[in-house]
Amino acid sequence: MSAATRTTNAGGRRFTVWVANRTNLVLLALGVVVLVLLAVFPVFAPSAWVRKLVEFFAYLALAEMWNLMLGYAGLISVGQQGFIGIGFYTLWLFSDVIHINPLISVVFAAIGGVIIALPAAALVFRLRGGYLAIGTWVIAEILRLIVANIKRTGGGSGITVQAASKMEMRLGPAAYMPRVYWWSLAIAVIAIAVTYLLLRSRTGLALKAMRDNDLAAESSGVNLWRTKMYTYIIAGAGCAMVGAVEALYSLRVHPASAFNITWTAYLIFITVIGGIGTIEGPIIGTIIFYVLREETSKYGTWYFIALGILAIVVTIWSPAGIYGWVVRKTNFMLFPLQRKLRYLDSGAPELKTDGEEAVA
Amino acid sequence: MSLLRIENASVYYEDFQALYDIDISIEEGEIFACIGANGAGKSTMLKTVAGVLRPRRGRLLFDGEPIDQMPPYKRVELGISSVPEGRRVFPSLTVHENLLIGAYRNRKGSWTTDAIYELFPLLKPLRKRQASGLSGGEQQALAIGRALMANPRLILMDEVSLGLAPVVIKRIYEAFPILLENGCTILVVEQDVQHVLTVATHVACFLEGRIALQGVPSELSSEQITAAYFGV
Amino acid sequence: MASWLNTIIQGILLGGLYALFAVGLSLVFGTMRLVNLAHGDLSVLAAYVALILVGTGTARFNPLYSIPMVMVIMFVIGYALQRGLLNFIVQKGDVQGVIVTFGLSIVIMNALQQAFTANSRGLDAGKVENVSITISKGLAIGWLPLMIFLMALVVISALQLYMGRTKMGRAFRAVSDDQEAARLMGINTKHLWAVAMGVALLILSIGGVMLGIRTTFNPLLGSDRLIFAFEAVIIGGMGSAWGTLLGGIILGVAQLVGAKAFGAPWQILAGHVVFVIILALRPQGLLAKTVTA
Repeated sequence: MSAATRTTNAGGRRFTVWVANRTNLVLLALGVVVLVLLAVFPVFAPSAWVRKLVEFFAYLALAEMWNLMLGYAGLISVGQQGFIGIGFYTLWLFSDVIHINPLISVVFAAIGGVIIALPAAALVFRLRGGYLAIGTWVIAEILRLIVANIKRTGGGSGITVQAASKMEMRLGPAAYMPRVYWWSLAIAVIAIAVTYLLLRSRTGLALKAMRDNDLAAESSGVNLWRTKMYTYIIAGAGCAMVGAVEALYSLRVHPASAFNITWTAYLIFITVIGGIGTIEGPIIGTIIFYVLREETSKYGTWYFIALGILAIVVTIWSPAGIYGWVVRKTNFMLFPLQRKLRYLDSGAPELKTDGEEAVA
Repeated sequence: MSLLRIENASVYYEDFQALYDIDISIEEGEIFACIGANGAGKSTMLKTVAGVLRPRRGRLLFDGEPIDQMPPYKRVELGISSVPEGRRVFPSLTVHENLLIGAYRNRKGSWTTDAIYELFPLLKPLRKRQASGLSGGEQQALAIGRALMANPRLILMDEVSLGLAPVVIKRIYEAFPILLENGCTILVVEQDVQHVLTVATHVACFLEGRIALQGVPSELSSEQITAAYFGV
Repeated sequence: MASWLNTIIQGILLGGLYALFAVGLSLVFGTMRLVNLAHGDLSVLAAYVALILVGTGTARFNPLYSIPMVMVIMFVIGYALQRGLLNFIVQKGDVQGVIVTFGLSIVIMNALQQAFTANSRGLDAGKVENVSITISKGLAIGWLPLMIFLMALVVISALQLYMGRTKMGRAFRAVSDDQEAARLMGINTKHLWAVAMGVALLILSIGGVMLGIRTTFNPLLGSDRLIFAFEAVIIGGMGSAWGTLLGGIILGVAQLVGAKAFGAPWQILAGHVVFVIILALRPQGLLAKTVTA
């Protein structure tokens, strides 16, 4: 049985557009089970593991956001650390200065991300390609320098998030960290859900079209600028929320680490492994990256040199990442995004309407 | 030995086969015309000779030397020069600079900038003009002149008459004998059959990636050519 | 009043340095549509190359004399880098260009750190570092900054001549216009792109070594330099070498005036602010010749 979405008449032939098949539905059910397990995880797991997963889901959320911008809107940003940093500091602002519960302040971080994303987009979209990328970096640098130069935020030395610190002492780490964990998990799930829903919608097809050809997309009536804008804002809000969670996690905000380019470096490595353009790619990429990091980060600079070389080699050899190479070989997608066109009269072959395998 | 020999060449664009077992011999001193409808494969064949495309099967021999895997710039060195489809003069360079680029490989021969200006006097007053500011006919003359500056033995012309007034087309074809005099064989691809057959010594008609008809124009009837062109 | 004039002049001279960084970035982009995110790190590499050449202990010589050698070495590095690596991504689109050059940046930064540690180093050119020319009371121009600025003028003039009058320069412009047509004319684009990168790094290395003499350097400075080069290009307008000089000057003046008015920590931010304003009001830059890609 297929999960059909529409049955339409076209030139006398009836056909169905369907997105998922049985295997994918089974996997979806499995996914729900996994989600439930993850949600109750902190109840029975050791706190060290809870802490690890907070970080893991943070990276995952970031990777999904970056993947959304890049894989579907063709926006290359090496400046997401700007939004992450804004998330850090917005969390601090609402917790310590405006005195709102730190856990609730995470939501305000998202708003902070949106407020920054709007003028940032207006500026950065005046550039294209590699220059746009550096432009996003400059935005992040501007934010870092402003924050580092304001005494009230602790300036260059950073400052503790008092409200979160007090909360941790009051609840005890065993009760505090799970709350942070649930936020981190929620953001990752939302990121995946938003990405999936966006891509399945008409906007999603538009974004995919954009990725392939700006001019063609425009001439088919897609509003490029607006779609890029939405994507950039969503990604900005998402990354800001991750920043807020990180602030809750480390109980401190510090400009050099909050706005560090290393965030982007990690995103690039995850993307290189997991590829862009799929939803499960970032998941796989994050898992592998995180495991590698745990094992090898003690090697310091060599670790980064190896990652850099890996990024270079994989990008040249398989632009869709290591996972993308696997997908191409097995033609399997965990989160189905391709639409398959199937004629209902028997004997007619399946045609795919998008993706690389489209028949000429 | 033929100047250019295309032996059973098959050319693909990714998975799409554009040419099927093309077999052509071009001798020195010929004006060889390739005609056919849009998408029949004639431009593809020209691009394969120029080196932009490589055949997946078959061979290309220039003066007996296999060139099918040779990059374009080496083919220019050997004496194959191109007047690309759409002219593709360098817009930010002046007319004179465009001509000089044609001589990049420094092949010896009779074509100099002065000789080009003599061949196409219309270009002389435009020497310092940026190529982007030229009319279609002027650009076409420039593109041909640029190709000649390489002192080629074989010049590839891709749809030189496209978008030009008949008067201009006539003038371009009038230059062909002069090219031949200076030791240049011409391989010309055209959609407009009428004009090119008045100068061609040989013709091949392409249809859906294959050669439907080949021969000497004076020996072929217009019915034969029409049939081959449209595939009736 | 004189001290403000002094600051502005210092800013102009600083602009010369930024121009030396920016010209290479712009040249590479103009020729092959590649934005090299490792550009800044390569300027740092040049300083370390000079450090190695100059040596330590008793066998050292003035780093200023090492510049021609560093230029040659960096040209070779640029040629090899382009031919061996970057040529494979030149026609593949912006994304791969960003990721590969970003990866390269990470590799260079960390490799330098591994080899030389993160400590700041300096190139000692002796007394000349402190010599200044006094113009009037309160107005003095450092010899070294003046030299850097003059070098920028010489380099840009030479580059313009090279692009406008020589066979190679014509070829560069042709490839920039239409690379496929250029190949049909007999130009070996792989070789040409490699020469372009070589020239870009050659110019870059002058600035890298000079800056290494003027102040200290460490492996982590590449990102800032990339940003300054980028801002100079955008302010001045793409496609124009003199534009990058103008962009560099405006950036330099903005930074130093900002530092003087608000304090040293605001120097870089002041430059960013001016960059943002120009990007907002005149995104094509002040002297743009080519349309944004």
